[in-house]
Amino acid sequence: MMNKLLDVENVSISFIQYTAGLNQRDLKVITDLTLDVSEAEILAVLGSSGSGKSLLAHAIFGILPENANLSGTIKYGGKVLSQKDKEEIRGKDIALIPQSVNFLDPLMKISDQAIGYTENDNEKKEKKIKQRKIFEQYNLGPEVDDMYPFQLSGGMARRVLVSTALLSKPKLVVADEPTPGLDQKTVKETLNHFKKMKEDGVGVLLITHDIHAALEIADRIGIFYAGYVIEIAENKDFSGDGENLLHPYTKALYNALPANGFKLTKGHQPLHGEIPKGCPYYDRCEIRLDKCSEERPQLINLGNKKVRCFKYEDGV
Amino acid sequence: MMKNEKLLKFLGKKLIRFIILIIFVILLSFLLIDLSPINPVKTYVSNMIVSQEQIAALEAYWGVNQPITTKLVNWLGNIIHGDLGTSLIFRMPVVDVIKERFTASLILMLTSWLFSGILGFILGVIAGFKKDTIIDKVIKVYCYILQSAPTFWIALIILMIFAVYLGWFPTGLGVPIGTLSEDVSFLDWLKRLILPMITLSIIGVASIALFTRDKLIEVMNTDYFLFSKARGESGWNLIKRHGIRNILLPAITLQFLGFSELFGGTVLVEQVFTYPGIGQAAVSAGLRSDVPLLLGIVICSTIFVYSGNLIADIVYNFVDPRIKEGEDNG
Repeated sequence: MMNKLLDVENVSISFIQYTAGLNQRDLKVITDLTLDVSEAEILAVLGSSGSGKSLLAHAIFGILPENANLSGTIKYGGKVLSQKDKEEIRGKDIALIPQSVNFLDPLMKISDQAIGYTENDNEKKEKKIKQRKIFEQYNLGPEVDDMYPFQLSGGMARRVLVSTALLSKPKLVVADEPTPGLDQKTVKETLNHFKKMKEDGVGVLLITHDIHAALEIADRIGIFYAGYVIEIAENKDFSGDGENLLHPYTKALYNALPANGFKLTKGHQPLHGEIPKGCPYYDRCEIRLDKCSEERPQLINLGNKKVRCFKYEDGV
Repeated sequence: MMKNEKLLKFLGKKLIRFIILIIFVILLSFLLIDLSPINPVKTYVSNMIVSQEQIAALEAYWGVNQPITTKLVNWLGNIIHGDLGTSLIFRMPVVDVIKERFTASLILMLTSWLFSGILGFILGVIAGFKKDTIIDKVIKVYCYILQSAPTFWIALIILMIFAVYLGWFPTGLGVPIGTLSEDVSFLDWLKRLILPMITLSIIGVASIALFTRDKLIEVMNTDYFLFSKARGESGWNLIKRHGIRNILLPAITLQFLGFSELFGGTVLVEQVFTYPGIGQAAVSAGLRSDVPLLLGIVICSTIFVYSGNLIADIVYNFVDPRIKEGEDNG
């Protein structure tokens, strides 16, 4: 087992929302999120679009909006991160690969953005050489340096975003939805970048809704459902009829894939603020117990895997 | 090369629009003045005792009773030759009056325009950067007060404090009373410029500061600002690198679009400080039925405001790299 880099424990993120008049309510978007990433490992967090996965990335980097409440602990290298620590290590040890070209300053040339803030000309020159080298690796010619973000094609923008992350030689890369809206070839290319990072010993946290992308490169996959991590499974478990998968939702998800029978499960994910008192999957579960409607199951640790279901209280 | 062509085409279009605009302004103001009870002959005669025949002779000489079309054609014919007529109250060519008055006003307007732009922008950036702190609240309250207070009232207060109570500056006029214009020193002139300039500046600060503040806060919430933070940039450097870069152009555009308000403000401020500028001339021309001067000032101010808007358009369309480079590629 490699060294653990990132440890996210029982993180919840909520927003204060005004309902009618001055009545407030605490809207939980992430209720209980636990996961960990080790060196040279790719962990995918798989959840549906709009489920609040991106907030996890923002929480790790300490860039949540002001009205967000964060609880639980985020550890890096075994040390609990305070907001100040996050500000210290972001952009150095940990790097973010954002969703789209909108995360680049529209009025700044690409190379200046990639280099970032520099104290003096010497530092700038040094970083410029580094930047050129990494851009070259990612097949970005010298003409890209002087372009503005709106001039980049989708694939180029993706490569720019990936290379900006690598400039500081990070140990952990958090990629937030890196594949949507890209053609097959570019998706494959992007995923190969992550594979290469893994080979270089970098830990990758891949936040995505693309199950194919996750299955293609991730070592382990965390399933995110209605604000909870309900299972962390190994990649090899997603095979056959899904008999090695533990949580009924994960099984249903796997069997809903076109290649595996296209079976649909009734119902939909509860919206934020409508999550039932007991197990979040209670309404749709086929193996539910009586206590599931009242009591929330905890995440059960099963070695490399984790699952949140009463069925596995006594092990698999 | 491409870019120059684009710019020329753009300017050509603007020129045609400008000609249409000025024709309409001329027709409309000429018509309005003709319909108004203003009687230039009465003004000219003012308190002198003259006979009916003399008045009739004057009316015939000036063509008062001609149909409006004839008057208009006469007047337009003269304008094309650069002759705007003779001012009735200054008894000299309108062109000379406007030249002299407009120069004085232009200095006043441009200095306060620059000053208010720079000061407003700085205040806006500080307020946005320090959002929700005491500094932000102080700047906001200051701007709200300025924006809701009438211009002449602020001018009066400033006049009261600095000229009357403190006696630091003269209460008005372009030059000291009883001095020949040749003998007026630069310092005398500067002393009289400062108060109206400060008044116009602090009034102009409010809108640009509030706009800049809002824009900066907007930028601070964008994805690219967030990403720069995630990449380890922070504090003032972050504002400088990504904030100001993205709000400077809209702020400059707004400041150029503010030319019309600037002109309106100048009229009031010049009146309060009796500063001998175009605004004051406009007011006297209106009150004392000086038709040629009034029409001349209308044309002149149209050109001024239109140029402001034109510059704003040019800045917006040709300086922003997104539009500039996009046109080159496209």
